[in-house]
Amino acid sequence: MTEQTTLTPQAAAASGDIAAELAARYPQWVTPDRRPGYSGLIVQGAHLLEFARTLRDQYGFDYLASLTGVDYLPENKMEVVYHASRTTGGPSLVYKVQVPRDNPQVPSLTPLFQGANFQEREAYDLLGIHFSGHPDLRRILTWEGFAGHPLRKDWKEPYFEEEAKPFKSRWPNGNIVRAETLNPYGDNVQYPENFDPEQWTPQGDEAIYSAIRKVAAAHQDPELTTDMMIVNLGPQHPSTHGVFRMVALLDGESLVDIKPVFGYLHRNHEKIGERNTYLQNMPFTDRLDYISSMSNNFGYALAVEKLMNVTPPERAEYLRVIMAEFTRIISHLISIGFLLNDLGAFFTPVLYAFEERELMLDIFEAVSGSRMMCNYFRFGGVARDLPEGVLDKIKDLVYDRLPRKIDELDRYLTRNEIIQVRTQGVGVLTAEQAIANSAAGPVLRASGVPYDLRRADPYSIYDRFEFDVVTANHGDVYDRYLVRLGEIRQSIRILQQAVRDLPEGPILAGKPNYQVKVPPGESYGRVEGPKGELGFYIVSNGKPNPWRYHVRAPSFINLTSLADMCRGGKVADSVVILGSIDIVLGEVDR
Amino acid sequence: MTQDSIHSPGYELPPEMRGQVAITTLDRIYNWGRRNSLWPMMFGLACCAIEMICAAASRYDFSRFGMEVMRPSPRQADVMIVSGTVTKKMVPQIVRLYNQMPEPKYVIAMGACASGGGPFKEGYTVVSGIDRYIPVDVYIPGCPPTPQALLNGLITLQKKVDSESLKTVRWYQKGEIPPIPVPVLGPDLMDPRKYDLIREHTRSKAEAATTTESSVEEKIG
Repeated sequence: MTEQTTLTPQAAAASGDIAAELAARYPQWVTPDRRPGYSGLIVQGAHLLEFARTLRDQYGFDYLASLTGVDYLPENKMEVVYHASRTTGGPSLVYKVQVPRDNPQVPSLTPLFQGANFQEREAYDLLGIHFSGHPDLRRILTWEGFAGHPLRKDWKEPYFEEEAKPFKSRWPNGNIVRAETLNPYGDNVQYPENFDPEQWTPQGDEAIYSAIRKVAAAHQDPELTTDMMIVNLGPQHPSTHGVFRMVALLDGESLVDIKPVFGYLHRNHEKIGERNTYLQNMPFTDRLDYISSMSNNFGYALAVEKLMNVTPPERAEYLRVIMAEFTRIISHLISIGFLLNDLGAFFTPVLYAFEERELMLDIFEAVSGSRMMCNYFRFGGVARDLPEGVLDKIKDLVYDRLPRKIDELDRYLTRNEIIQVRTQGVGVLTAEQAIANSAAGPVLRASGVPYDLRRADPYSIYDRFEFDVVTANHGDVYDRYLVRLGEIRQSIRILQQAVRDLPEGPILAGKPNYQVKVPPGESYGRVEGPKGELGFYIVSNGKPNPWRYHVRAPSFINLTSLADMCRGGKVADSVVILGSIDIVLGEVDR
Repeated sequence: MTQDSIHSPGYELPPEMRGQVAITTLDRIYNWGRRNSLWPMMFGLACCAIEMICAAASRYDFSRFGMEVMRPSPRQADVMIVSGTVTKKMVPQIVRLYNQMPEPKYVIAMGACASGGGPFKEGYTVVSGIDRYIPVDVYIPGCPPTPQALLNGLITLQKKVDSESLKTVRWYQKGEIPPIPVPVLGPDLMDPRKYDLIREHTRSKAEAATTTESSVEEKIG
């Protein structure tokens, strides 16, 4: 987190010290970022690796939380933004590398942090920034052959109407124009000039296969020539939890390597987000991790509130925590249910999970009007107060029903022999790997790293509650299950305290506004979502729309660890391991 | 329900035979059998898939309508529920899955995205509705539709099945039903049925490099 955040003064000072210390230590190539509203350091690209290594080895910033690019079109430069934090806790440090826009070349951080791998590929795909030294720099969300880099500010989508919403055609004039009528093809497509589709050779999946064939060649036994097999799981596969694809390299039954393929649900969250006004983005965040919409709202609201410098009233803070913790319970329940589904216990555990989920969705529906896409948070509070009778329902759930049901789940599953045999020792991720891979959430904590943002860098009012950070030490699938089960119990504990202490009072700071004024600057709001650190990086230039809107999606970055977990396992384990990472494709592909 | 949907009106049954004998037409019994065992394909795309699972779970339970058998393989499925945002990267797979489904087959566009692009319509990799590629039988509005809405859509589909006749259904007509051409991923998504249009427009775009929006409108108009 940056200095302008709501931190204790000591923590802010400590973070400020490090930034100042580093700037003083390397005055030739590290300068503080002095743009108004910005913080952190600007590092010269040539020294980036040295800087990151120093930061990791001497200052303890061993966790690369987020990496993204920003296209500063008016200044004709690109910026790569890194957020580093310490797994021992505390605010994060942001540093940036600036490169010219026409030739953006930045050294890759993958030698130091494997977790940079997919994020750099994403920045390359969407912004066209080249990361020299990256082992496998390919497109990730779009496909090979896609024309252009969509998040560049001068790239226009086929249905482009205006730079920013509200579009003049719609408001205030009220004309409804169907986007199709403005497009010559009557569809959401555009092609380069003089393009002949019949001359086009589809590039297909050759890039993926050639990358995986290299791995196969490296593993080839020189004395005994055997064939390795490439198997595609997905994108339509019942175990991939949506439209996710894994390309597995098999030696018999054993997995030699596995490459995830993304982008089958890439719905341009960030590009749309940069056209939207700030408040218009709120319902879109619901659709990121669509199982835990309240939690997504939370992160986005925090990021914008940091820029706006507003604090929600007490009651709103409690309501936020209640909703976020319910969301965590739902997400973990579903995750456990589907993990069992992947193990072959077809659908019954999911039914148990969904039964409880329905009761919590009733509460969401009562407060927000929608079961899944709650759109409940506002900048400086929440949208509505609890309707009559809902608090009793909540109390009934958190004091009586949920604890009972979690015990039931525990009794049925935890000591089940089949589950133990199939999950213990499978998909092991060591703590070092987990940190280097920027794994977050239960995946990180199951590897024995007690890193939970609610404790490590408390936001909202989490410093008031008594709860434990659940960890386990083996880093296998079974431990990830145990951590999730434990976290449900801790969430219930937090809920019990929140319900007990819920004060009366207003639920929104100021009056409701469709258009909020956001001063220029950058902010990174992060919450401990059910899947891990969910971060929103927002750059504002004072206009009604964000200039840059980036989501640090935990599911996406957790998938970096998939190959590490799978190597050496059996092909059937890959399904279970993927289930234990608990991905939601809306967030992976955004 | 069963009695009404299977009995053919116009023939009076003696009271003692009611409940044991049915007089019906071939169409009716054929549709009655099909409508009560529509197997959906287990195929989730996005948010709507979660509500689809809810519809299968205990509170809503669509097995009451004979639909509990969700099949991950298109070869064994009757209904494809397109549950969520269709992206350009995914649409070739969906068309291929549709082509692999045996007749009779039905498609339900579940939610705003599958019906017309939904909130993500303006996005650069979002398809403005799956009906641009495969024929859709029932559209279900909502973002996401509640499980009740999905049930309503499935019941609507059952009504559609009821109204079909053996004489006119397309899968008993002479000749083969041609498969739908699978779209190709190029610089953008390319529908093989529209290659001529693409060629024509990209050429005219090259000729008039400074095409403004208004002149494009004129061309269409």
